[in-house]
Amino acid sequence: MLSRTADNLYWLARYVERAEYLARILDTTLRLTALPLAYVGESNEWESAVATAGCASAFFAAHDEANEETVTEFLAFSTSNPSSIRNCFENARLNARAVRTALTIEMWDSINSAWLELKKWGNGPSSREEFARFLRWVMGSSLNFDGSAYRTMLRNDAYWFSRLGVYMERADNTARILDVKYHLLLPAEEHVGGPLDYFQWTSILRSVSALTAYHWVYRENVKPWLVADLLMLRDEMPRSLANCYENLVQNLDRIAKSYGRQGPAQRQARTIRARLENSKIEGIFQSGLHEFIDGFIEDNNQLGSAVAQQYLL
Amino acid sequence: MRDSGGAVRPAYVELSQWLSQIPPDVLDFRRREAELLFRRIGITFAVYGDPEATERLIPFDVIPRILAAREWDIVRRGLEQRIKAINAYIKDVYNRREILKAGVVPEDLVFQNPVFRPEMNGQKVPHDIYVHIAGIDIVRVDAETFYVLEDNARTPSGVSYMLENREIMLRLFPELFSRYRIAPVENYPDELLATLKSIAPPAAPSDPNVVLLTPGVFNSAYYEHSFLADKLGIELVEGRDLVVKDDVVSMRTTEGLKRVDVIYRRIDDDFLDPLVFRPDSALGVPGLMSVYQAGNVTLANAVGTGIADDKAVYSYMPAIVKFYLGEEPILKNVPTWRCREEEHLAYVLDHIEELVVKEVHGSGGYGMLIGPKEDKTTIAAFRAKLKSDPKNFIAQPTLALSTCPTCVEEGIAPRHVDLRPFVLAGRDRIRIVPGGLTRVALKRGSLVVNSSQGGGTKDTWVLDG
Repeated sequence: MLSRTADNLYWLARYVERAEYLARILDTTLRLTALPLAYVGESNEWESAVATAGCASAFFAAHDEANEETVTEFLAFSTSNPSSIRNCFENARLNARAVRTALTIEMWDSINSAWLELKKWGNGPSSREEFARFLRWVMGSSLNFDGSAYRTMLRNDAYWFSRLGVYMERADNTARILDVKYHLLLPAEEHVGGPLDYFQWTSILRSVSALTAYHWVYRENVKPWLVADLLMLRDEMPRSLANCYENLVQNLDRIAKSYGRQGPAQRQARTIRARLENSKIEGIFQSGLHEFIDGFIEDNNQLGSAVAQQYLL
Repeated sequence: MRDSGGAVRPAYVELSQWLSQIPPDVLDFRRREAELLFRRIGITFAVYGDPEATERLIPFDVIPRILAAREWDIVRRGLEQRIKAINAYIKDVYNRREILKAGVVPEDLVFQNPVFRPEMNGQKVPHDIYVHIAGIDIVRVDAETFYVLEDNARTPSGVSYMLENREIMLRLFPELFSRYRIAPVENYPDELLATLKSIAPPAAPSDPNVVLLTPGVFNSAYYEHSFLADKLGIELVEGRDLVVKDDVVSMRTTEGLKRVDVIYRRIDDDFLDPLVFRPDSALGVPGLMSVYQAGNVTLANAVGTGIADDKAVYSYMPAIVKFYLGEEPILKNVPTWRCREEEHLAYVLDHIEELVVKEVHGSGGYGMLIGPKEDKTTIAAFRAKLKSDPKNFIAQPTLALSTCPTCVEEGIAPRHVDLRPFVLAGRDRIRIVPGGLTRVALKRGSLVVNSSQGGGTKDTWVLDG
């Protein structure tokens, strides 16, 4: 297939995944800020939302203060923020239009309908209630697209490249939450298990839709190192780094098999997966959680360029 | 729909009955359903110079336009004749120039024409075919007479509407189809692919690699490009997907470079190759012309075919048909005054209120004057433009175009229509799918059917036998 087609499919999937992730961050932040100060402390959750979305510097170039109004606008509806939910849908559809021929009717219909419906939401919600509805709609649209891809695409390179986009983006998003919130997960001397941390930990779980999963996996109260374990190392958790890499390796292998040629992307993905497989959460805490996450984000970016070099350019 | 005596023509009898039986709200409901379908499928086009509407729907009218088998037969024979003459003429212009030597077409009209491509002088093209895909606009003026309005011999568009309109009609009005036997159009993609494969360079493999070259998603006809690539099962490429090395053009794929044999290009000559034509073009492929000149790729249509469909050349088409084929043209030309000729100019200036005056190189209904519709100031301004550069204009009478019943705000009313059938010229034969794109002027009395100027489309039925 054309390199550009593979590139469009890859980014189409990434943008849809990113829109959903942004909706989750905003949803979680709304919940946290609805709590009395005594439960969440003095921290500015809106600022943290911007950091988790990975666009702090762009945000503060445009705004002085991070509050509900500015952050909601910037992350969801802004036309100037290239990664706002609106622009994610715009870009996703642009990529989809460019590869109409590689999409199934169902995929096109789901992304095109989402794009058409986006206009109905205008430039922002008139109330919190409406905003919450908007966020649910975003998550629903992403599920709809993902489901249509899963159910209707031929299992060939087009499908595998689109899956690569999903898992690259997902790994990046999970790593970014960990990067911003890692300090909350460190074994601290003070107020362990206090209400403040409890809500922060559950909010991390919520932003990757893993709160219920946590209870099923550990059957325990929420504990910070287990949250880290779940998000990083547990294969069965669909947004964990381990699961993303399991899938990245699989899809890269399918591509390599069908083309009859392995390359740097396959080797790098396998190396990263092996590192995740061979790690224990205790060891990671001992040698430094932050360093581990930093290293991962860099590896993940490198894999992204390796995939681009090998297939997309 | 009606003949000169006002009676419903036989082909329309069933339709007319059906229309009188169907309750208006049902028709209205289906009409809205059709619009919804079009929007969801994403069949849109862009209007240049209108930032508010980068993606618009072309209004679709649910009442079909019908041609009897006998009428279609005239059209089909006329189109075959026309495409043969066009191909012979272009070959001649770029090689022996006999028609110019014979004085049938004036030399300056060819050599000083911006659409003339000196790069094509003496250039051999595979199988001597220049125009492989033409969209020839015709109108019907009476029962047996069809006029050609324009020979679109460069990159004609609209065929996706022909196909989608039929799909939507089949979905919305199955009962109407049971009353008629209608020739299918759905084999057009197969015919197009067969044509494109047949014109591959002689040295290409037996299953040549055919691609469709688009300017990209921002082009007004992008939907059509992706639609056709999909139906043909060929890659939809942009300039940046193609690379030229050692006089061979290849596309970048996830498995490395893959050689390309035939390019169905939907990019104008000007933008094809920045090394030869416009250097600021980011849409084309640097070096493509050298591959073409080396005979290693076929471009469909060939470079320089504008010399056949230019409005100034149009008026010579009857003479061109006679010159190469020795036959009377089956499809007539609209009587045309060439403002470059003094007598004609004088006539046009005297009768400007009755005439349609067009720019020779214009298209899409831009830059034209419809005399009977305009006020005095506009006409005066146009008259000045015409006098300062008469060579740039031609004029034609407003025609008594045929009309077809159409759903408009006040109900069902007659509106003017034209027809763009698509003609495919391959190495083996000429293929024409029965029908084409019917465009309809939605405003009462209007003759302008262009989608950029508020025209709509209809399904076109050619009755079988």
